[in-house]
Amino acid sequence: MQPFTSHTGIAAPLLKDDINTDQIAPILNARSLKEDYKALLFMRARQREDGSEDPNFVLNKPQFRAAGILVSGHNFGAGSSRESAVWSMLANNIRVIVARSFADIYRENCLQNGLLPVVLGPEVADAFAARVVAVDGSAPFTVDLLTQRITGPGGADIAFEIPAADRMRLFEGLDDIGLTLKHMDEITSWEQRAAAAQPWLQTARDSR
Amino acid sequence: MPRTLFDKIWDFHLVGQRADGRDLIYIDRHVLHELHAHHAFAQLEKQQRPVHRPDLTFAVQDHTVATKPGRDDDTNPSGTAFLKAMREGTRKNGIKLFDIDDPEQGISHVVAPELGIVMPGATHAVPDSHASTVGGVGALAFGCGTSELTHILATQVMALKRPKHMRVRLDGRLGAHVSAKDVALRLIAELGVAGARGYAVEYAGAAIRAMPIEQRMTLCNLNIEMGGRSGFVAPDEKAFAWLEGRPYAPQGAMWDRALDSWRTLTTDADAALDREVALDCSALEPQITWGTDPSQVVGISGRVPDPAAIDPSRRAAAESAFAYMGLKPGIPLAGLPVDRVFIGSCTNSRLPDLEVAAAVVRGRRVAEGVVAMVVPGSSTVKREAEAAGLDRVFRDAGFFWGESGCSMCAGGNGDRGAPGERCVSTTNRNFANRQGPKVRTHLASPATAAASAIAGRIADVRQLLSGVA
Repeated sequence: MQPFTSHTGIAAPLLKDDINTDQIAPILNARSLKEDYKALLFMRARQREDGSEDPNFVLNKPQFRAAGILVSGHNFGAGSSRESAVWSMLANNIRVIVARSFADIYRENCLQNGLLPVVLGPEVADAFAARVVAVDGSAPFTVDLLTQRITGPGGADIAFEIPAADRMRLFEGLDDIGLTLKHMDEITSWEQRAAAAQPWLQTARDSR
Repeated sequence: MPRTLFDKIWDFHLVGQRADGRDLIYIDRHVLHELHAHHAFAQLEKQQRPVHRPDLTFAVQDHTVATKPGRDDDTNPSGTAFLKAMREGTRKNGIKLFDIDDPEQGISHVVAPELGIVMPGATHAVPDSHASTVGGVGALAFGCGTSELTHILATQVMALKRPKHMRVRLDGRLGAHVSAKDVALRLIAELGVAGARGYAVEYAGAAIRAMPIEQRMTLCNLNIEMGGRSGFVAPDEKAFAWLEGRPYAPQGAMWDRALDSWRTLTTDADAALDREVALDCSALEPQITWGTDPSQVVGISGRVPDPAAIDPSRRAAAESAFAYMGLKPGIPLAGLPVDRVFIGSCTNSRLPDLEVAAAVVRGRRVAEGVVAMVVPGSSTVKREAEAAGLDRVFRDAGFFWGESGCSMCAGGNGDRGAPGERCVSTTNRNFANRQGPKVRTHLASPATAAASAIAGRIADVRQLLSGVA
């Protein structure tokens, strides 16, 4: 996983609640095992009915085409657990999502991939959203995980909270499987205990 | 110390704590599907990591399989590569696959309990947000993404933060033609699409005890639609009887031993809960969604709300839903013409769901111009339904009777509606464009879907069956 220290980019406002993973990364008809994640991001919202680009969608506006930070509302990433909804952000160099809250599975998928989920409280979120709209892509913001601050045009620095363990994991770009494999002894001794206490859990056999 | 059912399962499965403070929770049964598994197999190969417990891992082909009779790998060309990659990955890693032509193929959340692969008190993971369907038999399940799926394959554990605990008490008795689907939709409407975020949810109460296992699964399936990753019901004698004799369930002396253990799987009186909510189900009528998220729900006799009456924070979303759904505030939902009806998906595709729908359809015809489909949740359900003659009931009425799979729930297999169509669907998400570009989805129970297919309009099944049209 790519470590996250700090990310500087244009902040694009998508100020809606409940943006779901069907919207972020739709399941398409013609799919292959190697999907074009860059093109997948908000594919339906980006297009008009005739297939042409919708100039009104925020990421299609000239000032937000190269956005590196997405600003949204409550419950971001609701719905399907598909990880393509995170990969498609990264493929577009969006490495930070600032939201009022995240859906549980989406947030986990972010942490797995070095996409920083920043949650701001209601008042700070209101102020930051207004600021992002006012700045309108004219200058970038920087989100720094070391100092836990957002800095940028149009106002004072904004502090954000993130659980220390999540911060460390992103910061060091830790290999999640590697972290767990350090506990392989505990895993195998659990298996032995379970095989004695609840043996039906440790065998899955077709009895026919 | 008194403990919740959740505490009991979690604590038993706690392997250790990782350096980052996460609990390592052992996963007893891991079920993969073809849409995501190929990424994980490729990752493991690259990292040269073996699958730790292939014997506790199962795989199904469900998301991309065609439903057309006589289907094969190529019937849905966009699925071919996924089906083949799954076959290859499971073969290389020694994982049991229920392949497209297997007599027990089907949707993971239907197949796993039906074969007794999941059990009360077991932990379960699927790379799919509807994993907690199997909470209906008393298993603790977690939906996950692809990285977590890879992690489970390599380690057989998940690294989790302990969620908070919510109990949803369902009081009273469900009325005629009202089912778990209606209860779930009402709950999502009351609690909101993020109401259970951060919680593991236990469903309890008189209405739960009276519910057949399949309906408990419907309820637990929809738990994620209010933001909850895990939802479950304490297993009871009904659940044990349901599970007994299923091929992968414990047998003989082992069954008796398991039963003794499962009988302790209850939430102790006085156990601490972080939140408790209650819903009286007695007066509940059939429910249906009007909008583009599963909390936008009204009773079948209700009217689409007026945005002026909607909480200001939800108003913009409601207005965009009105536009997408082609609705006007204040109009009744019942009576709106429908173009398409879909009965299926991990939410409502088990045998009793099909029996309920068939009872409505029997001796009637699908209204002219309506495309109506039934897609059983597994090939086993399909076979059992056919043995009971349900396929004839549906076909005689003008329904398409398909091979099992996820089908029109997310359209990953090419089963979709046409732009602008209004579809009554027994699935779990009414998101914009999910069942096809511009398709207008109304989520409802199998009974309501069947009645709407017959009426050609959104219908109150109670009126249809009593002849009041």
